[in-house]
Amino acid sequence: MLSIKNLKAGIADKEILKGFNLEVKAGEVHAIMGPNGSGKSTLASVLAGREDYAVTEGAVQFNGKDLLDLSPEDRAREGLFLAFQYPVEIPGVSNINFLKTAIAEIRKYRGLPPMEAKDFLKLVKEKQALVELQVTLANRSVNEGFSGGEKKRNEIFQMAVLEPCLAILDETDSGLDIDALRIVANGVNKLRSENRSFVVITHYQRLLEYIVPDFVHVMYDGKIVKSGPKELALELEAKGYDWIKKELGDVIEA
Amino acid sequence: MTNIAEKLNISEKLIATLELEKNSLAGTAHIQAIRKTALGSFTEQGLPHRKNEEYKYSPVSALFKSELCPAKQNACAKLTKSTIAELRIPGLDSHLITVVNGFVSEDLSDYNPNAKSVLVYNTRNTAKHAPALFEKHFGQYASNDADAFIALNTAAFQDVLFIQIADNVQVDKPVVILNVTTTETASLASPRNLIHVGQNASVQIIELYVSIDQNASAINNSVSEIVIETGAKALFYKIQDDCPGLNLITTTQASQKANSHFDTHTVTLSGSWIRNNLNILLEGEHCESHLNGLFILNDSQHVDNHTLVDHAKPHCESNQLYKGLLDDKSSGVFNGKIFVRRDAQKTNAYQSSKNMLLSDDAAINAKPQLEIYADDVKCSHGSSTGQIDEEALFYLKSRGIGSESAKALLMLAFTQDVVNTIRIDALRKHAETLIEKRLSK
Ligand SMILES: Nc1ncnc2c1ncn2[C@@H]1O[C@H](COP(=O)(O)OP(=O)(O)OP(=O)(O)O)[C@@H](O)[C@H]1O
Ligand SMILES: [Mg+2]
Repeated sequence: MLSIKNLKAGIADKEILKGFNLEVKAGEVHAIMGPNGSGKSTLASVLAGREDYAVTEGAVQFNGKDLLDLSPEDRAREGLFLAFQYPVEIPGVSNINFLKTAIAEIRKYRGLPPMEAKDFLKLVKEKQALVELQVTLANRSVNEGFSGGEKKRNEIFQMAVLEPCLAILDETDSGLDIDALRIVANGVNKLRSENRSFVVITHYQRLLEYIVPDFVHVMYDGKIVKSGPKELALELEAKGYDWIKKELGDVIEA
Repeated sequence: MTNIAEKLNISEKLIATLELEKNSLAGTAHIQAIRKTALGSFTEQGLPHRKNEEYKYSPVSALFKSELCPAKQNACAKLTKSTIAELRIPGLDSHLITVVNGFVSEDLSDYNPNAKSVLVYNTRNTAKHAPALFEKHFGQYASNDADAFIALNTAAFQDVLFIQIADNVQVDKPVVILNVTTTETASLASPRNLIHVGQNASVQIIELYVSIDQNASAINNSVSEIVIETGAKALFYKIQDDCPGLNLITTTQASQKANSHFDTHTVTLSGSWIRNNLNILLEGEHCESHLNGLFILNDSQHVDNHTLVDHAKPHCESNQLYKGLLDDKSSGVFNGKIFVRRDAQKTNAYQSSKNMLLSDDAAINAKPQLEIYADDVKCSHGSSTGQIDEEALFYLKSRGIGSESAKALLMLAFTQDVVNTIRIDALRKHAETLIEKRLSK
């Protein structure tokens, strides 16, 4: 589904992704962990198509298409979804109007007929219940005045509505209380299927107790430096990142 | 040098024409006298020249390029009842008064002339006697010496549309003034209004500016005097849409008595060169005024909004919010003056101007001017100019919304707080539709 090969990207003169490789097959859940500043959000941004970052090397295939060649909106229309670490507030754009426009444009791109108003409302209601998002969406602007937790839930809610085939969740767990964490994780689990994949970026093993990953990767200084089964997360939680850095140092020294 | 000479010529020729026509213009001795004084004032001032601070960013030399004659009444053949019907606001039941090139057109209007609550009087109609109130108020608020265009209008107007709302009357439906410019020749139309809102009365007035087959050099220079008596309430909406190529100068001179409420919206979506002067004198205590403005410009449109709020008495509040969206080579001006006189303690006066530039060639000049002579007041002003929020744009695109519609959504969002304060539902919906249409262009 997603194949990232030797991806190098950065901003201005600063290289942030330094040869990143990852293969995600349909139905898999990959967790990416790693110290602050290692480039996790940058990876997510580059995949979603943020123009601030320049890709200098490497290739990304998404469902057989050259992802880097697509505009951000076309990536979304092809089924990519990014749950932002810091969702922006957009005053004056109502949540409902926003979703309606998104669905309309995605369906048009896919050659599907427009969604009936009542089907749309039904879908919204159903997915809102899924993530227990209680804010009234109709008369509120996108994320405006939402609490930190509500913003994160809103990301998962949007994901549920748009039903992407690949979702990248960037620290969706941070800022969530214990109940919200469970609810969000539940939402994700309900969407898990054999043709939908997830890349879950997180600092905490707790989330991975709920969303059990198939693989755990450690990102450090712009690339994956260690991969393993879900137990790797436990090890990281217990020991921190120093041992990996040390291992790396040993490798470099050797 | 030749430029200045030419400009003087145009001014002088205009004066000469007005001198010649002065005596043939209809009106009572009272009106004739007022015209004469105004012509004297205009002769003395001439058109605002380059050094005039008030017209610094909106030089009128570009406007007065060719010789102008006072506009004629005979309208184009296209102006029929059915054309007018199409120009009405959908879903809005209203009293309609159509003014063509500054002449009130009874034929194209649709209101009940016998209604006691709303009296419409037009000065060419000499059969009717001028109401005493008319003579008392007309020409008493818009001062010739304050602005050459007021003097020019007062010297050149043909008709005065006088709307009188009797004391304690709540007008049943909005009054729409359809201000049409349609002249085949380079001419000057001078619509003139006097609106008197009696004590504790209330009225909603919508002024729509429309141009049909307008000569590119034609100018519409209108003046409205609005008197809002004690406890009265007036909502006043100016919608400048559907007037491509229009060169327009509007002056709204309002005077508020105690406990009165005046709410204005100036929405500009079309037109070539527009100057809106909105001057409000708060001459009674406990008045409230709201000044809202929105302009959406492209190509080489130019719009200049000048506001002046004069707090002469204590315990009044004024609130201004002007927003501009400028694309291509368009340019905008917001100049907001607030005076707080020595007597005007406990004044609250707020002003905010927010602008979004959508192209590198677009320009905005926003200038707040606060002059405060009282010490116990709350005043604030702020002005900001930005671009489309790239973060928000990316967020929308990342959800599958295309670049163009994402921008349109954000621009629409930007206009929202101004549009939301339109209190007539049908007008607000109409404005939303016009803006959406305008932004998806
Ligand atoms: N727009 C930018 N301008 C300058 N530097 C940037 C920019 N974006 C990222 N960086 C830098 O790149 C590095 C990686 O940042 P990134 O946000 O990708 O880290 P992260 O792994 O997501 O960190 P965290 O765990 O704290 O969220 C950091 O050093 C950051 O300062
Ligand atoms: Mg991050």
